[in-house]
Amino acid sequence: MDMMMDWSPISISMKTASLSIFITFFLGLIVAWAIVKIKNDTIKIALDGIFTLPIVLPPTVVGFFLLYIFGVRGPIGAFFIDFFAVKIAFSWPATVIAAVVMSFPLMYRSARGAFEQVDSNLLDAGRTLGMSEWKIFWKILFANALPGIISGGILAYARGLGEFGATAMLAGNIAGQTRTLPMAVYSEVAAGNMGDAFNYVIVIVIISFIAIFIMDFASIRKEKQWKQ
Amino acid sequence: MINKSLKVNIQKELKEFDLEVDFELKKPCLGILGPSGCGKSMTLKSIAGIVNPDNGVIILMDDNETTYFDSNKKINLKPQKRNVGYLFQNYALFPNMTVEENVAIGISKNDGDKTVSDMIKRFHLEGLEKRYPGQLSGGQQQRVALARIMAYSPDVILLDEPFSAMDTFLKEQLRIELVNSLKDFNGFSILVTHDRDEAFQFCDELIILDEGKVIARGDTHEVFENPGKVQVARLTGCKNISKIEIIDDYHLKSIDWGITLEVSEKITPNITHIGIRAHDFYPADKNDVNVIDTINSVKLEMPFEWEITLANGLWWKRDKEIHDHEFEIPEFVKVDPKNIILLEE
Repeated sequence: MDMMMDWSPISISMKTASLSIFITFFLGLIVAWAIVKIKNDTIKIALDGIFTLPIVLPPTVVGFFLLYIFGVRGPIGAFFIDFFAVKIAFSWPATVIAAVVMSFPLMYRSARGAFEQVDSNLLDAGRTLGMSEWKIFWKILFANALPGIISGGILAYARGLGEFGATAMLAGNIAGQTRTLPMAVYSEVAAGNMGDAFNYVIVIVIISFIAIFIMDFASIRKEKQWKQ
Repeated sequence: MINKSLKVNIQKELKEFDLEVDFELKKPCLGILGPSGCGKSMTLKSIAGIVNPDNGVIILMDDNETTYFDSNKKINLKPQKRNVGYLFQNYALFPNMTVEENVAIGISKNDGDKTVSDMIKRFHLEGLEKRYPGQLSGGQQQRVALARIMAYSPDVILLDEPFSAMDTFLKEQLRIELVNSLKDFNGFSILVTHDRDEAFQFCDELIILDEGKVIARGDTHEVFENPGKVQVARLTGCKNISKIEIIDDYHLKSIDWGITLEVSEKITPNITHIGIRAHDFYPADKNDVNVIDTINSVKLEMPFEWEITLANGLWWKRDKEIHDHEFEIPEFVKVDPKNIILLEE
């Protein structure tokens, strides 16, 4: 085993997973709510298809599209270079973009399912009691969908932490910059350093397990409190 | 209640039929009776502003005039602004909030705490303040829902089949509680139900709705006594209804029961059916008016009634005491001509 193990994949992965779950969580909630409110079924199904696509497609295909959009010649990539002199592709933000896009469908679908489970009479009751739509969203819809939203968050976080294919396409595998834990596992195995790979694997298993344990614990306690 | 009124005149296209409801409420309580899917809940939801009618007006007149909805003037007040309390069938208590929080949710900040504790007392919820709705019995849930509505001090209370999902015992107990809590309320209340007993118990006035149309309206007792239409008779619980052939002004032949009957009211050409309530048969002599042979009848014992089905399909209900178990069906029964209800299709 290499005595000087590189710890940077751990900190990069933690930063990427944390920022991406933050973005995915709120984006997923907002989009889920917007979709739930759409009355036209055709539009609803079409949009749902688009938002779900990233989990159905092979990650490299999603990465291909992302590269097309955020690459130096892509519409958004070029814009950022021209106006902010910032290169997105093959830089750390690219790992966040890849993780957000790949984990978004899980958050969106879980949140949507959780919202649809909430009795619509509750929302109407809120309206007839004079609550603002904003208050109804947070205090009734969000609060009652919370257990489902939390489990969506767990899945999305785990998906973001484990993101490989799209990240490889858009962010590459640059040590100290875009080499996340899954990338590092791959790189070490490719280089024949099974010992280092094993260490990274242990770290990723521990982080994933702790995250799931904490969030599950919170959601189960909440549900128990409301019942008996 | 001088000059107070609630005027509702709305149309809405629905999948199965068009909803066309109009009424003007002046007495405190109106009942809307109809079979399930007749548009009664839709009417309530329109008044609350939860659904929007296609056309029409909804105007509340009390100290001043409030237009909830007016399609011509393009007025459509949000449910938040209508000051209407809605009692949902499942009560729609917020499962994530305690009893206290549920009651407090509709109150503006200034007088919050006082109103909440008043309501908790008034609806006998002391000791349950910190409980969640999932931990309460059905009766307690209904009281919390009513406390929440009353704390909001609405102008109109809408009751959407509040007892339909309950067992008989709880139902009867809660009806009494609801009657009592509505007594102190000096706005309008509208009860929607498919249960004739509920409608009869609660309401001064009644509207009968079928496939989105008002088919009868008036004073509750009046509607029950003179239903006028076949559908209304059926909804107000008339068990025996038959198609008829008119013989002369006061005589007719029942097609379904194969008997000739005399009535006290003149039969006009628009009369197509008659109704006889199951309680309106009495033992008789062979020579009485409107006598029916009881040969081959079947009797069924209920705790407080005998249910007798005559050979021609007529239902007869006769009250009894709980410890009476013997009943000899008389050879003949009769119907008083004035108890035969003339009906239009």
